[in-house]
Parts: sequence; structure tokens; C-alpha cells
Amino acid sequence: MNWLPQTVSGRVYAAILLLLAPAPLLFEWANQPFYLDLLSRALILAIAVVSLNLILGFGGMVSLGHAAYIGIGAYCVGIPSYYDYYNGWLHLALALSVSASFALVTGAISLRTKGVYFIMITMAFSQMVYFTFLSLEEYGADDGLVIYSRSEFPQWMTMESSASLYYWIFALLLLSLFFVHRLVHSRFGRVIVGSRFNEARMQALGFDTYRYRLTCYVISAMICSLAGVLLGNFTGFISPDMIGWARSGELIFMVIIGGTGTFFGPLVGTIVFVMLEEFLSLITVYWHLIFGVMLVALVLFGKGGIHGWLSLLDRKRDEHG
Amino acid sequence: MDWNLLITQLLNGLQLGLLLFLLASGLTLIFGIMDFINLSHGSFYMIGAYFCGSVVAKTGSFLAGVLLGLVGMFIVGALVEWFIARKLYRSDHLDHVLVTFGLILIFDTLVHMIWGASGMAIPLPDTLNGQITLGSLVFPVYRTLIIAAGLLVAAILFVLVTRTRLGMLIRAGASNRNMVEALGININRLFLVVFALGAAMAGLAGMLIAPITEASIGMGNDIIIVAFVVVIVGGIGSIKGAFYAALILGLIDTMSRSYLDVVLNLAMPVAYAETAAPALSAMLIYILMAAVLAFRPQGLFPPAGMK
Repeated sequence: MNWLPQTVSGRVYAAILLLLAPAPLLFEWANQPFYLDLLSRALILAIAVVSLNLILGFGGMVSLGHAAYIGIGAYCVGIPSYYDYYNGWLHLALALSVSASFALVTGAISLRTKGVYFIMITMAFSQMVYFTFLSLEEYGADDGLVIYSRSEFPQWMTMESSASLYYWIFALLLLSLFFVHRLVHSRFGRVIVGSRFNEARMQALGFDTYRYRLTCYVISAMICSLAGVLLGNFTGFISPDMIGWARSGELIFMVIIGGTGTFFGPLVGTIVFVMLEEFLSLITVYWHLIFGVMLVALVLFGKGGIHGWLSLLDRKRDEHG
Repeated sequence: MDWNLLITQLLNGLQLGLLLFLLASGLTLIFGIMDFINLSHGSFYMIGAYFCGSVVAKTGSFLAGVLLGLVGMFIVGALVEWFIARKLYRSDHLDHVLVTFGLILIFDTLVHMIWGASGMAIPLPDTLNGQITLGSLVFPVYRTLIIAAGLLVAAILFVLVTRTRLGMLIRAGASNRNMVEALGININRLFLVVFALGAAMAGLAGMLIAPITEASIGMGNDIIIVAFVVVIVGGIGSIKGAFYAALILGLIDTMSRSYLDVVLNLAMPVAYAETAAPALSAMLIYILMAAVLAFRPQGLFPPAGMK
């Protein structure tokens, strides 16, 4: 049984992926379309959180403005659709190129700063995006914009039905997880992780860390814009509200719940966050209080998030075995 | 050109600037001395407004509302420092962002539980409700009071920081915290006082604005971001920087909202100018901050002795 994951955390993640794959069939069989919607939303956010984790967890770049790229992706679906351009490839190409250019320019400025300043400047740039969309009267301003039809793709890869959209989401999620994994284990990734721990040493080794970090930032933004494209298609409605700084705060929260700097932590963290949000809000209107207390407790006492706790099980098992 | 409008807008900008200063002065000290990012500083602004509103509703006196509100905010600030912030000074900034983000959720919900979801209007006494008329210029009495109060607090704070022993410690702490600690100062007590003082000033800003806008849940969550911009532009830990930056940003924000379309009109057709102006005016302060961070990361007026 060597092909089985050897750690508790690895087995849990494998089980989750195996359960996620047939989800549309399971929910259709159980006649619960609502839960498929909930899961779709969670997985879309998970893509954004995976991309944030790439710069935050592996690169140590704490961005408080990552929701801007979700917004950019979503508006790259919304604005062309407003003019009746529904071609999905066009939407994807626009989202990737606009987010990459925006990340390249703002990242080039932001990455000149460190620590607190980086947090604040990324937030400032996302506020700029927020106010830009807020003032675009043509595209609904703060009332938002309705997208009447999903992005159009060839028949075999359409995203018209909930199930097919779900598989789009699932495929892109797997792709981004795989991509981030390959990236972090590549020479490029080693430099990124290395400059998080000791940038001066990486520079002494001859790496232009600024350029590496900027590239990483742009890649992360592009992945995040994919989540935006999916979110625009999923909700059929976009508004500047998707970009506010509190949204970016929530994304960081999801990274932390799962465990920073781990591959599957962001996925698990996001699912837990979305489920908690859904079910707590059913129980009480004061669910934000529970969320807030959880967040404070998580930082003060629960280092490492869910991934950290699962790894703890491994360590216990190793001690006994 | 309408000169009355111009003067009114200048006064409005001054008022916004002074409110920002009340928020940013505490924020910059907490930031500069404890190296602590307090996103929930805006919650103090909100809670201050609700405290004041409750006292006004009970006693009918706005002055009592402000005074008791200040005491209440000092206590709230001290509690937050004692039970939460203190444990985090040595952790990294990500933890600060997360915990204080959590605190925002907690405070917003607590206010919801105690005072309900709808906002709370704070009635003003008749003496403050009138207008001041100077020639053809008409300006509300209450807005004048906000400006006066803001300037007064700024003056008191200036004396406190430059002329007292506490102020000396605060300035020393902002420049080099370790050195202050090494000299045998009880740094914990200093932190507690600074945090509580900052909370009280943020609360005061909320109390002053609430009669105009009414107290509401989440009212601090937008303005706190602008206050952060003030802190960064002014230079972290610098009261003087916070003062100038707050006034500059307050004026830029107010003036650009009313005049940017006119200015843009000089360079482009009316239709474009009217579309671009609101977006650009909302972004202007962030553009300024990005420029400061890119070219002068220590801020415009960094505290003395900071590298």
C-alpha cells in the first residue's frame, strides 16, 4: 500500500479530493442543488486563497489587497458581456492579461517596501481598484452589473449547467494546486521561500530577489483572476463590494484557518470558512461574533491552522509507533 | 468662481482633516511605539459614538456624553491592550492584522447586540444647531465646534508630547523602543497609557461626527483605512506628521470631490471629465500614499532619530 499517502494530513486531503470529484452527481442524487452551489462558491474562493497562499505563505508577502484580482477577473467577464461579447477565451485572456499588467505595475512599486508598508500599499492599490469600479456609472457603479449569460466555450467544455461549471471550478482548482506545488518545488520556488527566511542571504548568493518576488506576485495575481472569472460566471452578478478591503481580510483568514505555507491548507481552510459562514448564519444573526472570537483564538492559541493540527496527529502516531 | 463655496469646502476639508488627525494620532503612536497594526482602531471610533449617544439619550447633555464617552473609551482601550494587544507585540504583523480583523467582527456584532442594527441619531442642543453668518458666508455652528475641538485636542496633544515626561517617553519610544526599555522605564505601563489614549481620541472623533452622520455599525471601517494612509504619509510614529498629513489629505479629498471635474475639464471634454473626476478624486489619497511609499517610505515627517 505504498501509494497511499503516509501522513494523516495527506490521507485527509486525498479523501477530500476524492469526495469533491463526484460532488455534482452526489448532490443531484440527493436532490440538494443548494449544497452544490455552496461548494462551488467555496472552491472558487479556494482558488483565490491558493494564489494568496503562494505569496503569503511561501513568499512571506502579506497582501491585504488580493480581492482586487478577484474583482478584476470578474469585471473582465462582466464588461465584455455588457457589450455582448460572450466568448470565454476572450474573458480568460482579458482577465489574465489585465491582472498581470496591474500586478506588474503595482507589484513593482509595492515590493520596494517591506512588512507593514507592504500590507498597507497593497491595500491602497486594491482600494484604488475598488473606487474605480465604484465610480464607473456605465457598469452599474455600486449597484453592480448583472451578467445575463455565462462565458461561451466549445460544446464539450461548456459551463452552462451548474454541474459543468462545477467541473470548470474543480479543474482550475486542481490545476492551480498542481501548479503551485510544482512552482514551489522548482528552483524558482526555492528562491522565493529562501528570500522569505533571509532575503539578504539570497541576495548574497547572487539572486535578484526583487525580480523573483515580483514574478511570483504576478503569477499569484493571474491565478487569482481566474477565481474572479469563475465567480463572475457563478453569481451572474458583480459589484465593487467583491473588492473591499474586508474581502481581502477574509481571504487571509481562510489561509490561516487551513495553515499558511501548505499546499492543501488553503483548500481546507476555505471550505471550512464558507461552511461555517453558511451554517453559523443560519443559527444566529450574531455569527460574526463567533467568527471574530475564532480568529483571535486561532492566532493566540492555534498556530498552524488545520494542517498544523493534522500534523500533530502524525507526530503523536510516530511517538507511539 | 463661487468664493463662498470655496471657503465652505475649505472649512469642510479642515474638519475632515482634524477628525482624521484624532484617529491617526493614536494609530500612529500605537504603530510607532508598539509596532502594532491596529485595524480595529476604527471600532473605537464607532464605540465612542455609541457611548456618547447612549449618555445623551439618558441625560440630554451632549457635553456629558462626550466626557463620559471619553472615560469609557479610555477603559475600553486599556482592556483591549491588557487582554489582547499586549500578547501580540512580539508576533509578526500578519498576526496583528488577523487578530484586529477579528476584533472588528467582534465589536461590530457586540454593538449590534447592545444597540440594535439600525443607527443611532444623536440630537444636538439648540445652541449648537444654528448657523454662523459672516457676510454672505453661512457655516453651521456645530461644524465650527468640531474644528475648534480638533484644534484644541491637537494643541493639548502637542503640549503633552513635547512638554511632559510622558510625552518625552512617548517620543523616545517611537524612535527607539529597546533603548527606552533598557533605561529602566516601565514599558508596559507606557504602552497601556498610549493605547488607551489613542482609543479615547478615536472615540472622540466618532462622538464628534455622530451628530452629523449618526452612529452606525461599521462606521469606522472605511475611515480607518484613510487614517492608515495618513499615518503612512505622515511617517509612522510621528504626531507632527499625522497632523500635517491629516490636514493635507482632508483638504485634498474634499477639494478634489468638488473641483476636480472643473480642473479636468481644462484638459478633456466635459463628458470624460465628469466620468473620470469621481474615480480620480476617490483614488487621489491612495495615489499620494503609493507615491510617498515608493519615493519616501519613511513618510513626510518621520519621528526624530528614526533611520
